[in-house]
Order: sequence, then structure tokens, then C-alpha cells
Amino acid sequence: MTATTKPSSALGALTRNNTFLGFLFLLPAAVFLLCFLTYPLGLGVWLGFTDAKIGRDGIFIGLENYQALASDSVFWMAVYNTVLYTFIASVLKFALGLWLALILNENLPFKSFFRAIILLPWVVPTVLSALAFWWIYDAQFSIISWSLIKLGLIDTPINFLGDPNNARASVIAANVWRGIPFVAISLLAGLQTIPQSLHEAASLDGATGWQRFRFITLPMLTPIIAVVMTFSVLFTFTDFQLIYVLTKGGPVNATHLMATLSFQRGIPGGQLGEGAAIAVAMIPFLLASILFSFFGLQRRKWQQGGQD
Amino acid sequence: MASVEFANVRKSFGTHPVIKGVDIEIADGEFVILVGPSGCGKSTLLRMLAGLENISAGEIRIGGQVVNGLAPKERDIAMVFQNYALYPHMTVADNMAFSLTLKGAAKAEIDKRVKPAAEILGLTHLLDRFPRQLSGGQRQRVAMGRAIVRDPQVFLFDEPLSNLDAKLRVAMRAEIKELHQRLKTTTVYVTHDQIEAMTMADKIVVMHDGIVEQIGAPLELYDQPANLFVASFIGSPAMNMIKGRLDPNDALKFVTEKGVVLPVAKAPESARGRALIYGLRPEHMTIAEGGIPANVVVIEPTGSETQMIMRIGGDDITGVFHQRVNARPGETVGLSIHAEATYLFDAESGKRLV
Repeated sequence: MTATTKPSSALGALTRNNTFLGFLFLLPAAVFLLCFLTYPLGLGVWLGFTDAKIGRDGIFIGLENYQALASDSVFWMAVYNTVLYTFIASVLKFALGLWLALILNENLPFKSFFRAIILLPWVVPTVLSALAFWWIYDAQFSIISWSLIKLGLIDTPINFLGDPNNARASVIAANVWRGIPFVAISLLAGLQTIPQSLHEAASLDGATGWQRFRFITLPMLTPIIAVVMTFSVLFTFTDFQLIYVLTKGGPVNATHLMATLSFQRGIPGGQLGEGAAIAVAMIPFLLASILFSFFGLQRRKWQQGGQD
Repeated sequence: MASVEFANVRKSFGTHPVIKGVDIEIADGEFVILVGPSGCGKSTLLRMLAGLENISAGEIRIGGQVVNGLAPKERDIAMVFQNYALYPHMTVADNMAFSLTLKGAAKAEIDKRVKPAAEILGLTHLLDRFPRQLSGGQRQRVAMGRAIVRDPQVFLFDEPLSNLDAKLRVAMRAEIKELHQRLKTTTVYVTHDQIEAMTMADKIVVMHDGIVEQIGAPLELYDQPANLFVASFIGSPAMNMIKGRLDPNDALKFVTEKGVVLPVAKAPESARGRALIYGLRPEHMTIAEGGIPANVVVIEPTGSETQMIMRIGGDDITGVFHQRVNARPGETVGLSIHAEATYLFDAESGKRLV
């Protein structure tokens, strides 16, 4: 540029400025996120500090909602359910998903067919699969009860969704069924990034099948396990649809999760402020699980350093 | 340490045969190189020896024991892979000690084996690093260290130098050779690079299309190639091959298809009256006044020698000269061919006649 640059080229100078350009390109995404993520989140947090009801703006009441929740046994039941639900379902999804991924990683006949079919529970809309489970768990027409009766193993149909512990186990089973594909396919992708020659080198070094899994597969899969299980935990913790279709939180709140309780108090119950407070109470749990995976699992010294 | 034998070994992938009956005998302590172009089956053969591929037919013996049915870990062999196959989540020391760790060896025992191996390879100061933090040559050395620690019956190398740059390759070549002289472990080494084969091997096995073309010491293959394939594969620049026949009136004259006469030292009865290929190594010619007229096409001085591509009656031939050459492209020089160093091959079967 020369000293004779005209003022009209100020815009030109601006577009040559990387900082400004970067800001400009970021703007659409930033506006989108602000409108559809930050605003609702902020509003939710704010509502949690008010006594808003449907049809009436609330006033700021500080931590009163949270104080009420602290002595609310239904809320604590929901917290307990959510933690139990997330923990058991995640452990099962991880174990079964990893097992499935290891099988699919072998040279099976019709390999791609099986890989495609595994994804089915994941692509079916949750409400649809929940309805299917609703029938499977039906108190009278359950196919499971029918089969077991025909096999002579039981005499009366199992009360899947009517008994608190049965209901918990049933919704966990449905959630596991739905969540396995995500874990299995992601871990399968991870398994395929492990070079075959590492397994060959290990077997020449004298490793048995179990030792190859223990010393090669598992450590090399750890970073992907961390990411996949973080997502899986977040999905499970915030689950809503399955519960809402299957049990609506019943029987007697035995399967209420924080998400379903928040909805029920907030929308059908009309207590917007209280519902928002329950939802906000999920945030510390979610943050904790993210931080755990980020610091505890994801970073590994061997992944750092240059690669040529 | 042990001898290795391949007896009529065959391998097919489905109906497609890749190894079509291979017999090789490797003596205890020998350094043998399997060499051949891509897809000739040399790596497959090595992997069969390692137990990573099963054997369709024939027998492989290590130290006299048939190993066809043995798993890789029962064969007591160590292999260095082309991509090194270092465990990325283990330090150099752990990589080298992995086989001992699996056996449940004590810490002191592991140290006793890893330390000297690291010393031999100059890795002592890198023992705590992870593979990602190493250069290509260092990784190569770690892979070799892992093999040394095992103290196996046989070392296998699968194109170990092909991921290194040219300079490092020459250095590692010497290092591997020195290592073998020190340890005297039977070694089978696979490469597609004939220079690697020539410089390192006690014995070279030239493979092509699933069969063994010739087995012999490096200079034996160079001086007495069994056929056209070996003759063209061994030596750089490659041997010149010119089609033609012997002169019916004077068997010591070879007449090319274009009518140029080239000298022959001896002509057996079997060579007369049939289509032949005249083999001439680039270094077996000199520039001389009154020689065969050759038109200079390209001239490539490298300092120590000069390479020239010349046209003799329509056939392009390459020459390597140790004296400085002042010719320019387009000029004609006289070529004197060392007749006693030429070869005659049967054009049909490819077998060497002289």
C-alpha cells in the first residue's frame, strides 16, 4: 500500500484485517448460538430464581425454589433415580457396546450388513422404540411374560412397569438397548484406527488374546472411550423421552428422572420456576462428568509430542 | 539361533496363488535377503515364517522343527515391521521390555536385558521417551531393540528401511549389518531394493511372481544371473538388453535387429540360429576411437562417474564411465565393448546361455 490510499478503501483495509474477518465469519454462528442456546439457558437459570407460573411473570425470590427442593423427597428420589439410571445404563452400554465392537471388528461374513443393522436402535425415533417397549412391557400382553409362561418358567405375567424396582430395571434395559449402537459403532471406529501390525507385533512378542486386549487394544482405545462415554453419560443423564412414554415417572415417582420431574412440575404442573430450578440442578452433575472425563481420561502423555 | 528351511511352500489367497512352491535353505547365523518387485510374494513368505499367515502347502522348519501348526508366539522369532509397529502408549523401555513383561519377568531381569540392548543401539538416553517423540531412525532402532531383547532364534525384517530418507537408509544399512556381525543371529530380511540386498546379504533370494528365480551370494547373482529377470533386477543402472541373433557365418558376432554388430566372447552351439537377447552391463564398456558408433542422447555426470544414454542403431543403451566424458548430446562417440563380460540369453525362455 502507498501513502496515496484513498479513504474509500477503508473497507478494503478492514477486509484485509484478519481479526476483523475472523470476527465477521464467526458472527452468524455466534448469533445463532446466542439466540438458541445461551438465551434459553440464561432464561432457564433466571426462572429458577423466580416464582414464575404459567400465565404469570414471576418475581425474584432468590434461592427459595432450591430450599424447597432440598426438603422435597420426590426431588431427592428423582436425583437418586437419575444417578442410578445413568450409572447402571452407562456401565451396561459400555460393556455390551465394547463387546459388540470387538465382535464386529473381526472378519465376519456379512460384516457390513451386521454393522448397518446394529445402528437400527439408534436411528429409530425414541418415541417409536419407547412405544414398542411399552408393548413389550405390557402388564397383560407382554411378549416376554408370554414366552416365559409358555416355557413354563413363570405362572403369572411379570408386572414390568407396575412395581418400582421392575420399572427401574425395565426403563434401564430400554435405554441400554437404545444406547448400545452409539457406543458400539464409535468404539468400532476406534478399534479400526489401531494398526493391525501392533497386534501382530504383540502376538510375536508372546501375547495371548487377552493380553493383546489388555495391553494394546484397551490403552489405545482409552481416548475414544473417554469421549464416547462422556457423550453417553450426558445423553443418559438428560434422558426424557423413554421415561415419559413408558412410565411418565410412575409408579409413584419410582422412575422419575430429574428431566421428567422438571417437565412435570414446570409445564403440566404450571410451576415454571420450580421446574426450572430442577433442571438447573442437573448442571453440576453434568459439569462434573465432563470434567472427570476431560481430566481423568482424555489426556495421555503418549498422545502428546510431535508426529512426523 | 537356528537354521530355517522352506520346503515346497505354497500359499493361495482364495483361488489366487501367491507363493507357487518355494524351496530355500538358510543356515544357522546366515543373513538372507528376500528381494523382488512389489507383489512377488516376498513379504507373504516372511509373514508365513512368522506365523502371521497360514501355509497352504509345504513345510517351514525352524531349527529342524516343523512350525506349520505353531502360533507366532511359539516360534521364538522377532520381527521388525516396515512401520516399526511400536506400541505408542509405552515408553521406549517398555516397548523393548514388552515380551519380558508378558512373561512376568522380574524388574531386575528386565533391566539386565534392556540396558545392554539400548546401549548397543545408542538408545540409553531415550528410554523414557514415547515413540511419538522419536525421529524415524530412532524408532527404527527401538524396533530393532525390541527384537534384540527377545534374543530369538531368528530375526525377521520386513522392509525396515523403506520409511527412512536416503541418507539415513545408508546409515541404518551399515548398522543392521554390524548388528548381525555382532549377534550372529539367523536373519531373514525382505526388501524390494536390490542395493540393500547386494550390500547386506550373505545370500540373496531373488523372487518374482511367487517363485524363486535364483539363490546365491550377491556377487554370484551379479556375475552369473540365471536368467533375464535376475540380470535386469540386480545391478544399477540395469543391464542393457538388446534383441538380435548370432551371425550365421561368424558366431562371435551378435547382430541386433537393426543390423549393428556387437562382439561376443564365446558362443555355444545352443545359442546359434535362435532369437537371443544380448546382455551388457553399463560399466562394461569404454569410450574409444574407432569403436562402435553411438549417438549420445543424455549425459549425466555425478562426479565420481558419468552416466550416458546412447543410441546404437535404434537401441538405447546406458553406459557408466569412470573417466570424465566431454561428449555433448547429439554427438557420436566410439564404444568399445568388453566382449568377455557380455551375456547371451534365450529370448524365449529367458535362460542365460553364456
